Amino acid sequence: MTRHLLDIDDLGADGITEVLQVTDSFAEVARRAIPKVPTLRGKTVATLFFEDSTRTRISFETAAKRMSADVLSFAAGSSSLKKGESLRDTIETIEAMGIDAVIIRHPSSGVALQATRWLSDSAVVNAGDGWHAHPTQALLDLYTVRELHDGDDGCFRGLRVVIVGDVRHSRVARSQVAAYVAMGARVTLAAPATLMPPSVEGWGVDATNDLDEVLAEADVVSLLRIQEERGSGAFLPSLREYTAEFGLTADRAHRIRPDAVVLHPGPMVRGVEIASDVADLPNVHVTRQVANGVAVRMAVLFLLLGSGETSRAAGDVPPPPAPTHAGPTTANGGSRGS
Amino acid sequence: MAERERNHARPRGVVFLPKAQVMSAEDVNRAVTRMAHEIVERNHGVDDLVLIGLQTGGVPIAERLAATLSALEHADVPCGSLDVAFYRDDIGLRPVLPEAVTDIRMDLTGRTVVMVDDVLFTGRTVRAALNALGEFGRAQMVQLAVMVDRGHRELPIRPDYVGKNLPTSRDELVDVSEAGVMLGGLVSK
Repeated sequence: MTRHLLDIDDLGADGITEVLQVTDSFAEVARRAIPKVPTLRGKTVATLFFEDSTRTRISFETAAKRMSADVLSFAAGSSSLKKGESLRDTIETIEAMGIDAVIIRHPSSGVALQATRWLSDSAVVNAGDGWHAHPTQALLDLYTVRELHDGDDGCFRGLRVVIVGDVRHSRVARSQVAAYVAMGARVTLAAPATLMPPSVEGWGVDATNDLDEVLAEADVVSLLRIQEERGSGAFLPSLREYTAEFGLTADRAHRIRPDAVVLHPGPMVRGVEIASDVADLPNVHVTRQVANGVAVRMAVLFLLLGSGETSRAAGDVPPPPAPTHAGPTTANGGSRGS
Repeated sequence: MAERERNHARPRGVVFLPKAQVMSAEDVNRAVTRMAHEIVERNHGVDDLVLIGLQTGGVPIAERLAATLSALEHADVPCGSLDVAFYRDDIGLRPVLPEAVTDIRMDLTGRTVVMVDDVLFTGRTVRAALNALGEFGRAQMVQLAVMVDRGHRELPIRPDYVGKNLPTSRDELVDVSEAGVMLGGLVSK
């Protein structure tokens, strides 16, 4: 795994598979009577949220706490940013307190990447930057789909995924596309022409303005919220018009396959992208997504902070010959000494 | 050990080369049978006994011990598995990845737990396993069974049941499988 997680491209298919496999172990921890392990004891994780969030922030903080890390919580609204401190100084100040990972969300694309240039030691996890990327959301979507396929790593190959809604303004959609395509799924974007990105060339997806044309054969229907705070409303005649054409109404819910999986990254706006009754159907796995989000984020933090020399040991540099820990016995054929 | 961690841990171009077979498949079978008898003797039966295999090498041995014990005492001896990755003290020092999912479906409070692993070396996995077991209840007693004790302990830990005591040098490797026990080392391809 790379030092930072900025986008799905940092992982590739092997990296995604690794995260999903490690997530299995953390999902088991979550099922225990005491869902807490000492894995990241002594590590400090800071959440820097320059944009509102409920589930992502709480999910990351829960994940860090379940691994016994200390969590520093930063909210832009109550910080020295209000006194005119720059983003760079804010980030450097927080690192100076001695932290190991920064989880960052910002309304501008590229802030997480910029932060990696300002920080010397800390790992950076992108928890959403502008329209660009939200990798942990995509990973938890994939984990949820894989879980519903009995944990089969190969379940994505040929899977028909339809992503519906405001693709243009959606970092979630961009990360979902990257992740599903990397794993071999067939992705179709369904959106009004105004909410389709100007070009999807190079995305490796199909695009349509007619949801009903593709809905019936979808294995996964992934809904997006109309992001009025990013001005999506101006691209639509009205929300009712959107719902009529692209909402998962009761009528459309009858036409999806009985085993189709309906996902939504939240927050879900009932009555716009999904009808209230439909949101409560057994195909809709929104609460499962939230539960899996904690386990996926535990896996991401563990892979970034826990397996220190993974990248080096996997390279060409051999580990020291006589380490004080189990060292070389972890290699092929030999048993780890207990 | 899971292929996943093996690939991370092994420097590229280095393979395990077996030098000598120290136990045949039959030797391993006999050791399992003897250890099962010792477990019954020490615990006066198998009441409240639970076997926990340490992922991944200990799991097949734990399953074989459980089957032997069940046949011996005409009782059903439960068997679980434990992955200790999250409890290791070398997290951040070397690649540590979960090898398999922990599977312990009972409360261990008041039970006698026999932890089973293939090779006992530094003792650090057992230390981690003792911490991990605590999350599943307060066992009445915890014992340790290993197929091979190769020495070089770094912690005050000793096994209760041993298949074979095998003097080794630190840089050697011990491989326990269905086919028996091999002693070897890492060599460049």
